[in-house]
Amino acid sequence: MENEMKLEFISKSNNEAFARIAVAAFVSSLDPTIEEISDIKTAVSEAVTNSIVHGYEDKKGIIHIKCKIINRKIHIEISDNGKGIENVELAKQPLYTSKPDLERSGMGFTIMESFMDNLLVESVFGVGTKIIMEKEIKEIPKAENLTLEEALRG
Amino acid sequence: MEYKYLENQRILIFRITEEIDEFKVKELRRKADYEIERYMPKRVIFDFNRVSFMDSSGIGMIIGRYKQASMFGGKMEITNLRPAVRKIFEMSGVLRLIPEIDIEHEELPELQQNFI
Ligand SMILES: Nc1ncnc2c1ncn2[C@@H]1O[C@H](COP(=O)(O)OP(=O)(O)OP(=O)(O)O)[C@@H](O)[C@H]1O
Ligand SMILES: [Mg+2]
Repeated sequence: MENEMKLEFISKSNNEAFARIAVAAFVSSLDPTIEEISDIKTAVSEAVTNSIVHGYEDKKGIIHIKCKIINRKIHIEISDNGKGIENVELAKQPLYTSKPDLERSGMGFTIMESFMDNLLVESVFGVGTKIIMEKEIKEIPKAENLTLEEALRG
Repeated sequence: MEYKYLENQRILIFRITEEIDEFKVKELRRKADYEIERYMPKRVIFDFNRVSFMDSSGIGMIIGRYKQASMFGGKMEITNLRPAVRKIFEMSGVLRLIPEIDIEHEELPELQQNFI
């Protein structure tokens, strides 16, 4: 299957729920499990929150989301034209945060990395940041493909 | 978020009823800090039974409330974590600091009282 969508919204934190729910709805055609959906929603929420809190630092800016489905893989790009990341390797370290005073825990990239199959961070300091994530949605055998005996065994 | 305070045991229980992200965390922080300062409880318990979504903003919020409760001499616990929420708590290592308890097995009849 192939499909594609794009979203653009302003960097207000009350758009976070909208963004993750929109991506979850887009992926739903692949019949993901509850856990897969929840992983994707969390990863999207992390990237969008980072754009709002760090990229634009609560100033107004635009956040772009691009999603593609290729076969059973969901490809998600989330980008901002905010302040960018000076040292991406450091930023990705678990527990690293540049804003400990704002009660951030430095877990965002660690969550994205472990909930998705691939994570790529492209950032130019002073220009902006793009997060690219992919996840393969596992195929679950359909009930009608099972023999009666298998179905009864559960 | 709802809360109740058990006067005799000095236990303050918060039941979070919303999805936890950066947007919602601002209000949760403000409400929780207000009640913690007001009651200065011995124990603060956050009940996650109704929380179906949480991102890393929730981790920061919980650690912040742990510090707040400690400042007033209280300890903190969390309870009723759903699988998606537990996954995030486990990943962050926060459970070593803020233990998960089984609130159903606490010998506290007052726990059944209504929330405010
Ligand atoms: N879009 C972005 N623009 C600019 N800087 C960013 C962006 N995303 C992340 N960063 C930087 O990378 C650091 C690590 O991000 P990460 O999401 O892992 O942790 P955090 O946001 O600080 O805390 P948490 O996600 O746990 O609330 C941030 O503190 C910030 O300095
Ligand atoms: Mg983050």
